[in-house]
Amino acid sequence: MNTLKLVRLVAWSSIAILTAAMLYLLLAPKPDSGSGVAGIGGPFRLAAADGSTVDSEQLKGRPFALFFGFTHCPDVCPTSMLEITNDLNALGDLTKAFRVYFVTVDPARDTAALLKEYTGSFDPRIVGLVPKDEQELAAMARSYRAIYRKVETPSGYTMDHTATIYLMDAKGEFFGSLDSKETPEVRQSKLKRLIAKG
Amino acid sequence: MTTLLPGRARLRASAFALLFSLAVPASLPAPAFAHDYKAGDLQIDHPWSRATPGGAKVAGGFMTIRNNGRDSDRLVGGTFDASGIVEIHEMKMDGGVMKMRALEIGLEIKPGQSVELKPGGYHVMFIDLKRSLKEGESVKGELVFEKAGRIAVEYKIENRGAKSGSDDHGAHKGHGAPKS
Repeated sequence: MNTLKLVRLVAWSSIAILTAAMLYLLLAPKPDSGSGVAGIGGPFRLAAADGSTVDSEQLKGRPFALFFGFTHCPDVCPTSMLEITNDLNALGDLTKAFRVYFVTVDPARDTAALLKEYTGSFDPRIVGLVPKDEQELAAMARSYRAIYRKVETPSGYTMDHTATIYLMDAKGEFFGSLDSKETPEVRQSKLKRLIAKG
Repeated sequence: MTTLLPGRARLRASAFALLFSLAVPASLPAPAFAHDYKAGDLQIDHPWSRATPGGAKVAGGFMTIRNNGRDSDRLVGGTFDASGIVEIHEMKMDGGVMKMRALEIGLEIKPGQSVELKPGGYHVMFIDLKRSLKEGESVKGELVFEKAGRIAVEYKIENRGAKSGSDDHGAHKGHGAPKS
Protein backbone atom coordinates (compact mmCIF):
# COMPACT_ATOMS: atom_id res chain seq x y z
CA MET A 1 0.00 0.00 0.00
CA ASN A 2 2.75 2.39 0.96
CA THR A 3 4.71 1.51 -2.13
CA LEU A 4 1.67 2.11 -4.31
CA LYS A 5 1.14 5.51 -2.66
CA LEU A 6 4.74 6.39 -3.23
CA VAL A 7 4.56 5.36 -6.90
CA ARG A 8 1.41 7.45 -7.31
CA LEU A 9 2.99 10.41 -5.60
CA VAL A 10 6.08 10.18 -7.79
CA ALA A 11 3.96 9.79 -10.94
CA TRP A 12 1.74 12.76 -10.13
CA SER A 13 4.69 14.92 -9.14
CA SER A 14 6.44 14.12 -12.42
CA ILE A 15 3.33 15.05 -14.35
CA ALA A 16 3.04 18.29 -12.41
CA ILE A 17 6.69 19.15 -13.01
CA LEU A 18 6.48 18.29 -16.71
CA THR A 19 3.31 20.34 -17.13
CA ALA A 20 4.89 23.30 -15.38
CA ALA A 21 7.99 23.01 -17.53
CA MET A 22 5.92 22.85 -20.73
CA LEU A 23 3.80 25.80 -19.68
CA TYR A 24 6.94 27.76 -18.91
CA LEU A 25 8.44 26.93 -22.33
CA LEU A 26 5.22 27.89 -24.06
CA LEU A 27 4.39 31.03 -22.16
CA ALA A 28 7.58 32.52 -20.77
CA PRO A 29 8.84 35.52 -22.72
CA LYS A 30 11.96 34.81 -24.71
CA PRO A 31 14.85 36.87 -23.40
CA ASP A 32 15.55 38.56 -26.74
CA SER A 33 12.00 39.37 -27.73
CA GLY A 34 9.93 42.44 -27.19
CA SER A 35 6.52 42.25 -25.68
CA GLY A 36 4.78 42.89 -29.01
CA VAL A 37 2.75 40.58 -31.18
CA ALA A 38 4.68 37.43 -32.03
CA GLY A 39 7.64 38.89 -30.16
CA ILE A 40 8.74 41.05 -33.07
CA GLY A 41 10.82 44.06 -32.15
CA GLY A 42 12.37 45.19 -28.94
CA PRO A 43 14.54 47.86 -27.41
CA PHE A 44 17.48 49.14 -29.44
CA ARG A 45 19.97 51.92 -29.40
CA LEU A 46 21.78 52.51 -32.68
CA ALA A 47 23.87 55.23 -34.30
CA ALA A 48 21.94 57.17 -36.91
CA ALA A 49 23.55 58.17 -40.20
CA ASP A 50 23.26 61.86 -39.26
CA GLY A 51 25.50 61.39 -36.23
CA SER A 52 22.73 61.22 -33.64
CA THR A 53 21.67 58.14 -31.68
CA VAL A 54 18.25 56.56 -31.99
CA ASP A 55 17.05 54.96 -28.79
CA SER A 56 13.81 53.02 -28.86
CA GLU A 57 13.05 54.35 -25.36
CA GLN A 58 12.85 57.83 -26.81
CA LEU A 59 10.56 56.62 -29.57
CA LYS A 60 7.89 55.67 -27.06
CA GLY A 61 4.72 57.52 -27.93
CA ARG A 62 5.63 57.69 -31.59
CA PRO A 63 4.86 54.90 -34.03
CA PHE A 64 7.52 54.23 -36.63
CA ALA A 65 8.50 51.95 -39.51
CA LEU A 66 11.68 49.93 -39.79
CA PHE A 67 13.42 48.19 -42.68
CA PHE A 68 16.58 46.10 -43.00
CA GLY A 69 18.50 46.78 -46.19
CA PHE A 70 21.76 47.91 -47.71
CA THR A 71 22.79 50.38 -50.38
CA HIS A 72 24.37 47.76 -52.67
CA CYS A 73 20.86 46.48 -53.30
CA PRO A 74 19.68 46.89 -56.87
CA ASP A 75 15.99 46.36 -56.52
CA VAL A 76 14.04 45.66 -53.37
CA CYS A 77 15.62 48.39 -51.18
CA PRO A 78 15.24 51.34 -53.57
CA THR A 79 11.78 50.12 -54.58
CA SER A 80 10.63 49.79 -50.95
CA MET A 81 12.03 53.18 -50.03
CA LEU A 82 10.43 54.81 -53.04
CA GLU A 83 7.09 53.21 -52.25
CA ILE A 84 7.07 54.29 -48.64
CA THR A 85 8.15 57.79 -49.68
CA ASN A 86 5.16 57.92 -51.99
CA ASP A 87 2.90 56.59 -49.23
CA LEU A 88 4.14 59.16 -46.71
CA ASN A 89 3.66 61.95 -49.22
CA ALA A 90 0.20 60.73 -50.12
CA LEU A 91 -0.83 60.93 -46.46
CA GLY A 92 0.33 64.53 -46.22
CA ASP A 93 0.60 66.27 -42.84
CA LEU A 94 -0.36 63.11 -40.99
CA THR A 95 3.12 61.70 -41.57
CA LYS A 96 5.11 64.86 -40.86
CA ALA A 97 6.67 63.48 -37.70
CA PHE A 98 6.67 59.84 -38.81
CA ARG A 99 10.05 58.15 -39.22
CA VAL A 100 11.18 55.18 -41.24
CA TYR A 101 14.38 53.58 -39.94
CA PHE A 102 16.63 51.93 -42.52
CA VAL A 103 18.94 49.55 -40.65
CA THR A 104 21.87 48.58 -42.83
CA VAL A 105 22.75 44.88 -42.84
CA ASP A 106 26.03 45.81 -44.52
CA PRO A 107 27.74 48.19 -42.08
CA ALA A 108 31.12 47.25 -43.58
CA ARG A 109 30.28 49.18 -46.75
CA ASP A 110 27.42 51.40 -45.64
CA THR A 111 29.15 54.19 -43.80
CA ALA A 112 27.02 56.80 -42.08
CA ALA A 113 27.82 59.34 -44.82
CA LEU A 114 26.87 56.96 -47.63
CA LEU A 115 23.66 55.87 -45.94
CA LYS A 116 22.69 59.48 -45.28
CA GLU A 117 23.15 60.37 -48.93
CA TYR A 118 21.18 57.28 -49.96
CA THR A 119 18.14 57.70 -47.71
CA GLY A 120 18.24 61.47 -48.21
CA SER A 121 17.68 60.99 -51.91
CA PHE A 122 14.31 59.45 -51.05
CA ASP A 123 12.89 61.38 -48.12
CA PRO A 124 14.21 63.17 -45.03
CA ARG A 125 11.84 61.08 -42.89
CA ILE A 126 13.87 57.98 -43.75
CA VAL A 127 16.72 57.71 -41.24
CA GLY A 128 19.66 55.37 -41.75
CA LEU A 129 20.80 53.36 -38.74
CA VAL A 130 24.30 51.88 -38.68
CA PRO A 131 25.02 49.05 -36.21
CA LYS A 132 28.56 49.52 -34.93
CA ASP A 133 29.53 45.90 -35.27
CA GLU A 134 28.35 42.41 -36.11
CA GLN A 135 27.03 41.82 -32.57
CA GLU A 136 24.88 44.92 -32.61
CA LEU A 137 23.49 44.03 -36.03
CA ALA A 138 22.86 40.42 -35.04
CA ALA A 139 21.00 41.48 -31.88
CA MET A 140 18.87 43.94 -33.81
CA ALA A 141 17.99 41.38 -36.49
CA ARG A 142 17.22 38.72 -33.87
CA SER A 143 14.91 41.07 -32.06
CA TYR A 144 12.96 41.74 -35.26
CA ARG A 145 13.12 38.11 -36.38
CA ALA A 146 14.94 39.35 -39.47
CA ILE A 147 17.40 37.34 -41.49
CA TYR A 148 20.52 38.59 -43.21
CA ARG A 149 23.33 36.65 -44.79
CA LYS A 150 26.43 37.53 -46.71
CA VAL A 151 26.61 35.80 -50.10
CA GLU A 152 29.76 35.71 -52.19
CA THR A 153 29.58 36.82 -55.82
CA PRO A 154 32.37 36.67 -58.44
CA SER A 155 33.37 40.28 -57.75
CA GLY A 156 32.59 40.57 -54.05
CA TYR A 157 29.47 39.92 -52.07
CA THR A 158 25.81 40.74 -51.74
CA MET A 159 23.39 40.41 -48.84
CA ASP A 160 20.29 38.27 -48.49
CA HIS A 161 17.93 40.03 -46.14
CA THR A 162 14.38 40.19 -44.85
CA ALA A 163 12.65 42.81 -46.96
CA THR A 164 9.63 43.49 -44.78
CA ILE A 165 8.75 47.01 -43.70
CA TYR A 166 7.89 46.62 -40.01
CA LEU A 167 5.25 48.91 -38.56
CA MET A 168 5.76 49.52 -34.84
CA ASP A 169 3.24 51.23 -32.62
CA ALA A 170 3.75 53.92 -30.01
CA LYS A 171 4.67 51.33 -27.38
CA GLY A 172 7.31 49.91 -29.69
CA GLU A 173 5.23 46.83 -30.31
CA PHE A 174 4.70 45.15 -33.66
CA PHE A 175 1.61 46.51 -35.43
CA GLY A 176 1.92 44.98 -38.89
CA SER A 177 4.00 45.14 -42.03
CA LEU A 178 4.00 46.69 -45.47
CA ASP A 179 4.57 44.65 -48.58
CA SER A 180 5.49 45.71 -52.10
CA LYS A 181 2.78 43.45 -53.44
CA GLU A 182 0.09 45.49 -51.69
CA THR A 183 -1.56 48.40 -53.43
CA PRO A 184 -0.64 51.92 -52.29
CA GLU A 185 -4.20 52.19 -50.90
CA VAL A 186 -3.74 49.17 -48.65
CA ARG A 187 -0.32 50.33 -47.46
CA GLN A 188 -1.56 53.83 -46.81
CA SER A 189 -4.59 52.66 -44.87
CA LYS A 190 -2.29 50.57 -42.65
CA LEU A 191 -0.06 53.58 -42.05
CA LYS A 192 -3.11 55.70 -41.28
CA ARG A 193 -4.40 53.15 -38.77
CA LEU A 194 -0.96 52.88 -37.17
CA ILE A 195 -0.66 56.65 -36.77
CA ALA A 196 -4.26 56.92 -35.52
CA LYS A 197 -3.65 54.16 -32.97
CA GLY A 198 -0.46 55.81 -31.85
CA MET B 1 -29.60 49.30 -63.43
CA THR B 2 -29.75 47.52 -66.79
CA THR B 3 -31.27 50.58 -68.43
CA LEU B 4 -28.19 52.46 -67.41
CA LEU B 5 -25.81 50.04 -69.02
CA PRO B 6 -26.03 51.08 -72.66
CA GLY B 7 -25.38 54.65 -71.65
CA ARG B 8 -22.49 53.58 -69.46
CA ALA B 9 -21.13 51.33 -72.14
CA ARG B 10 -21.32 54.18 -74.61
CA LEU B 11 -19.56 56.42 -72.15
CA ARG B 12 -16.95 53.79 -71.63
CA ALA B 13 -16.54 53.33 -75.37
CA SER B 14 -16.09 57.03 -75.92
CA ALA B 15 -13.66 57.17 -73.02
CA PHE B 16 -11.69 54.41 -74.66
CA ALA B 17 -11.85 56.20 -78.00
CA LEU B 18 -10.59 59.35 -76.34
CA LEU B 19 -7.79 57.48 -74.60
CA PHE B 20 -6.94 55.71 -77.83
CA SER B 21 -6.82 58.93 -79.80
CA LEU B 22 -4.51 60.36 -77.16
CA ALA B 23 -2.41 57.26 -76.90
CA VAL B 24 -1.87 56.69 -80.59
CA PRO B 25 -0.21 60.01 -81.36
CA ALA B 26 1.85 59.58 -78.20
CA SER B 27 3.04 56.20 -79.32
CA LEU B 28 3.71 57.25 -82.90
CA PRO B 29 7.26 58.40 -82.27
CA ALA B 30 8.00 54.99 -80.74
CA PRO B 31 9.43 53.48 -83.93
CA ALA B 32 11.99 56.26 -83.94
CA PHE B 33 13.17 54.95 -80.58
CA ALA B 34 12.75 51.34 -81.63
CA HIS B 35 15.01 49.74 -79.24
CA ASP B 36 15.87 46.23 -80.10
CA TYR B 37 19.04 44.54 -81.17
CA LYS B 38 19.89 41.44 -83.14
CA ALA B 39 22.88 39.20 -83.06
CA GLY B 40 22.64 35.98 -84.99
CA ASP B 41 19.49 34.25 -83.81
CA LEU B 42 19.11 36.38 -80.71
CA GLN B 43 16.88 39.36 -80.42
CA ILE B 44 17.20 41.74 -77.49
CA ASP B 45 14.25 43.97 -76.71
CA HIS B 46 14.45 47.23 -74.84
CA PRO B 47 17.37 47.08 -72.46
CA TRP B 48 16.64 49.44 -69.57
CA SER B 49 17.65 50.34 -66.07
CA ARG B 50 16.49 52.70 -63.37
CA ALA B 51 17.64 56.04 -62.08
CA THR B 52 19.74 55.33 -58.99
CA PRO B 53 19.39 56.77 -55.48
CA GLY B 54 22.20 58.97 -54.17
CA GLY B 55 25.30 57.00 -53.25
CA ALA B 56 24.09 53.78 -54.87
CA LYS B 57 26.91 51.69 -56.26
CA VAL B 58 24.80 49.11 -58.06
CA ALA B 59 21.89 48.96 -60.48
CA GLY B 60 20.02 46.28 -62.38
CA GLY B 61 19.75 46.01 -66.16
CA PHE B 62 16.60 44.54 -67.66
CA MET B 63 15.43 43.41 -71.12
CA THR B 64 13.81 40.56 -72.99
CA ILE B 65 16.02 38.14 -74.89
CA ARG B 66 14.48 35.94 -77.54
CA ASN B 67 16.23 33.02 -79.16
CA ASN B 68 14.89 32.46 -82.68
CA GLY B 69 17.52 29.87 -83.52
CA ARG B 70 17.88 26.14 -83.08
CA ASP B 71 20.64 26.14 -80.55
CA SER B 72 20.67 27.16 -76.96
CA ASP B 73 22.78 30.18 -76.06
CA ARG B 74 23.86 31.69 -72.80
CA LEU B 75 24.17 35.26 -71.55
CA VAL B 76 27.47 35.14 -69.72
CA GLY B 77 28.39 38.75 -69.08
CA GLY B 78 28.70 42.21 -70.48
CA THR B 79 29.97 45.71 -70.04
CA PHE B 80 28.28 48.92 -68.96
CA ASP B 81 29.79 52.34 -69.55
CA ALA B 82 28.82 53.61 -66.11
CA SER B 83 30.09 50.69 -64.08
CA GLY B 84 33.28 48.76 -63.59
CA ILE B 85 31.83 45.29 -63.29
CA VAL B 86 28.89 43.46 -64.85
CA GLU B 87 27.50 40.16 -63.60
CA ILE B 88 24.40 38.13 -64.36
CA HIS B 89 22.25 37.71 -61.26
CA GLU B 90 18.98 36.25 -60.18
CA MET B 91 16.86 37.74 -57.43
CA LYS B 92 14.14 35.88 -55.56
CA MET B 93 11.82 36.59 -52.68
CA ASP B 94 11.76 33.62 -50.37
CA GLY B 95 9.37 33.94 -47.43
CA GLY B 96 9.91 37.68 -47.14
CA VAL B 97 13.67 37.34 -47.58
CA MET B 98 15.33 38.89 -50.62
CA LYS B 99 17.90 36.51 -52.05
CA MET B 100 20.30 37.31 -54.81
CA ARG B 101 22.66 34.94 -56.56
CA ALA B 102 25.24 35.38 -59.28
CA LEU B 103 24.56 32.99 -62.15
CA GLU B 104 28.09 31.70 -62.45
CA ILE B 105 27.47 29.86 -65.69
CA GLY B 106 25.27 32.58 -67.09
CA LEU B 107 21.64 32.61 -68.12
CA GLU B 108 20.53 30.04 -70.66
CA ILE B 109 18.27 31.15 -73.52
CA LYS B 110 16.81 28.01 -75.03
CA PRO B 111 15.77 27.82 -78.70
CA GLY B 112 12.33 29.31 -79.24
CA GLN B 113 12.38 30.78 -75.77
CA SER B 114 11.97 34.36 -74.60
CA VAL B 115 13.61 35.16 -71.29
CA GLU B 116 12.63 38.29 -69.48
CA LEU B 117 15.14 40.05 -67.27
CA LYS B 118 13.04 42.15 -64.93
CA PRO B 119 12.88 43.62 -61.44
CA GLY B 120 12.46 40.84 -58.91
CA GLY B 121 14.00 38.24 -61.22
CA TYR B 122 16.95 37.80 -63.57
CA HIS B 123 18.97 40.92 -64.16
CA VAL B 124 22.27 42.18 -65.41
CA MET B 125 23.95 43.53 -62.30
CA PHE B 126 25.95 46.72 -62.72
CA ILE B 127 28.51 46.81 -59.93
CA ASP B 128 30.82 49.66 -58.91
CA LEU B 129 28.82 52.39 -60.55
CA LYS B 130 31.11 55.28 -61.41
CA ARG B 131 28.25 57.75 -61.38
CA SER B 132 24.53 57.89 -60.72
CA LEU B 133 22.09 56.98 -63.48
CA LYS B 134 19.63 59.71 -64.44
CA GLU B 135 16.15 59.22 -65.75
CA GLY B 136 15.91 59.88 -69.47
CA GLU B 137 19.51 59.21 -70.38
CA SER B 138 20.88 56.27 -72.35
CA VAL B 139 23.94 54.35 -71.31
CA LYS B 140 25.95 52.19 -73.68
CA GLY B 141 27.01 48.71 -72.88
CA GLU B 142 27.59 45.29 -74.34
CA LEU B 143 26.06 41.91 -73.76
CA VAL B 144 28.24 38.86 -74.09
CA PHE B 145 26.74 35.58 -75.20
CA GLU B 146 28.50 32.25 -75.35
CA LYS B 147 27.68 31.71 -79.03
CA ALA B 148 26.30 34.97 -80.39
CA GLY B 149 29.29 36.85 -79.00
CA ARG B 150 29.32 40.51 -78.09
CA ILE B 151 26.37 42.74 -78.83
CA ALA B 152 26.46 46.51 -78.35
CA VAL B 153 23.27 47.82 -76.73
CA GLU B 154 22.03 51.00 -75.13
CA TYR B 155 20.19 50.95 -71.83
CA LYS B 156 17.39 53.48 -71.43
CA ILE B 157 17.31 54.83 -67.89
CA GLU B 158 13.76 54.92 -66.58
CA ASN B 159 12.39 56.49 -63.41
CA ARG B 160 13.29 55.00 -60.06
CA GLY B 161 9.98 53.25 -59.58
CA ALA B 162 9.67 51.78 -63.06
CA LYS B 163 8.45 48.19 -62.96
CA SER B 164 9.02 47.64 -66.63
CA GLY B 165 10.84 49.36 -69.43
CA SER B 166 8.12 51.62 -70.71
CA ASP B 167 4.59 50.89 -69.64
CA ASP B 168 4.02 52.41 -66.24
CA HIS B 169 5.69 55.78 -66.10
CA GLY B 170 2.45 57.34 -64.93
CA ALA B 171 1.94 55.00 -62.00
CA HIS B 172 5.07 55.96 -60.14
CA LYS B 173 5.71 59.52 -61.13
CA GLY B 174 4.32 62.63 -59.64
CA HIS B 175 4.09 61.47 -56.06
CA GLY B 176 6.57 64.09 -55.11
CA ALA B 177 9.49 61.73 -54.71
CA PRO B 178 12.62 63.81 -55.02
CA LYS B 179 14.79 62.84 -57.91
CA SER B 180 18.39 62.14 -57.16
